[in-house]
Amino acid sequence: MTLIDYLSTILLIAGALFFLAGTLGLLRFPDIYTRLHALTKADNVGLGLIVIGLALQSESLASAGKLILIWLLVMFAGASVSNLIASGALQRGIRLWKR
Amino acid sequence: MYFYALIGVGLFSVGLYALINYAHLLRKILALNVMGSGIFLILIALAKRTGETQPDVVPHAMVITGIVVAVSATALALTLMLKLAAETGRAELSEKDRD
Amino acid sequence: METLTLLALSFDALLNLSLLYLAWILLNCEDLLKAIVLFVAFGLLMALAWVRLDAPDVALAEAAIGAGLTGALLLTALAKLRVIETNKGTTQQLKQDSENFQTLHYMTPLALLLVAIGLGYVVFSMPPISAGLSNDVATNMGNSGVSHSVTAVLLNFRGYDTLLEMFVLLVSLLGVWSFGSTTSQHETTPGPVLDTLTRRLVPVLILVAAYLLWVGAHAPGGAFQAGSVLAAAGVLLLLMGWRPGGYLSTLPFRLILVAGPGLFAITAALLYLLKGQLLAFPVEYAGIIIFALETTATLSIAVILAALFLSEPPHSDKEHI
Repeated sequence: MTLIDYLSTILLIAGALFFLAGTLGLLRFPDIYTRLHALTKADNVGLGLIVIGLALQSESLASAGKLILIWLLVMFAGASVSNLIASGALQRGIRLWKR
Repeated sequence: MYFYALIGVGLFSVGLYALINYAHLLRKILALNVMGSGIFLILIALAKRTGETQPDVVPHAMVITGIVVAVSATALALTLMLKLAAETGRAELSEKDRD
Repeated sequence: METLTLLALSFDALLNLSLLYLAWILLNCEDLLKAIVLFVAFGLLMALAWVRLDAPDVALAEAAIGAGLTGALLLTALAKLRVIETNKGTTQQLKQDSENFQTLHYMTPLALLLVAIGLGYVVFSMPPISAGLSNDVATNMGNSGVSHSVTAVLLNFRGYDTLLEMFVLLVSLLGVWSFGSTTSQHETTPGPVLDTLTRRLVPVLILVAAYLLWVGAHAPGGAFQAGSVLAAAGVLLLLMGWRPGGYLSTLPFRLILVAGPGLFAITAALLYLLKGQLLAFPVEYAGIIIFALETTATLSIAVILAALFLSEPPHSDKEHI
């Protein structure tokens, strides 16, 4: 294993941990807004780390570019969709969670 | 890869059970889609038996065709369901009309 | 290496069991909306299973159509159904079919268990190694005009399947149209977020579709995947509140609808007259013929799928005016 291999392994594992944390938040947080908060933030960073880890392993610049593009598109769609879900929930009168 | 084929059999049976057991037509349409997925899974899993790394691609092409046909059939079925609901008020096949 | 195989095996097992579990939950849960959302998740897991089974083409088609488009269709149908139910004052509960057969109820699972065991036996009794048609595909790849084997099978070796499938799509759209309009949908204005999302995403989706179409000649991708991505762009526009209105009945739109199946049928007929065989492409022109067929097929598939999503016949707009 070369240095790049070690680096991408670390990035991939870190990314998977972010996904784990996000999923844990999705399962454990009390209401829809906090769940969205856990999901989008953790998944964006987690996916970013995984994409960088994979891009380090790609043979050409073009495939690395495609991976980065996927990341950007997922972040864009994820941010928009979670906004839509949250505003839809607000419109339906789902209350914010209070301790 | 028999495992995947067996899960395909399982999906087919679960879908068939729901198809028979529930009255709501939307649920029946979902069940048909799950049954279809089960069949596709069996086809693709058995396509891996070539003894080489490259699987047999003919079933792959068949399944892609099948997925597109499934979505058009689903669209038609949903329209039929909506028409029935608009006529009778419920998306179910009534017992009286059956015989 | 040992640990890697073990990891892959446990991943397969986890994936398989979640597929089965998800199918069970989605078909038996009380709330139909939840069932549909779970169905979309099921479709995405199926896409993962296709990748594990070395079928990336199928994975692309499943992710775009099986999860994306079918989910959108189901959700819209459920929303329309709720409107109809509210108008009619009927409510739905989780009800089991055929009360008359209540006595036979325990028979159903038993019979299905027998079906499952029978199917499982059939699967296991298959010979463990069977080349299928893979050798035939491999020997004829040089004559196909493309270097990606799935595209070669779809468009060349078994082109008649794809030809007929295009007609199935067209006929299903005509079937949906023949039922007339279910609920009247008017143009709506989207919120700022959906508006921005659509404006940024639709050009990207068109570009992705073109890329998938082009790359299909030598790598996973092709007309169906490209067509469904293009249809997703159309669905996004329709979700945003855009209604094509009169466009649906114009000649150019109708020409795009029939372009894919039409060009396919004309090619088949010409080749039959010239060479005495349906869809036997001459080797030197196979590449360009396939590309032309795929391009028109992509456009037709996209428009047909988007029109299926809209599910409103073209003339209903004239009635509104």
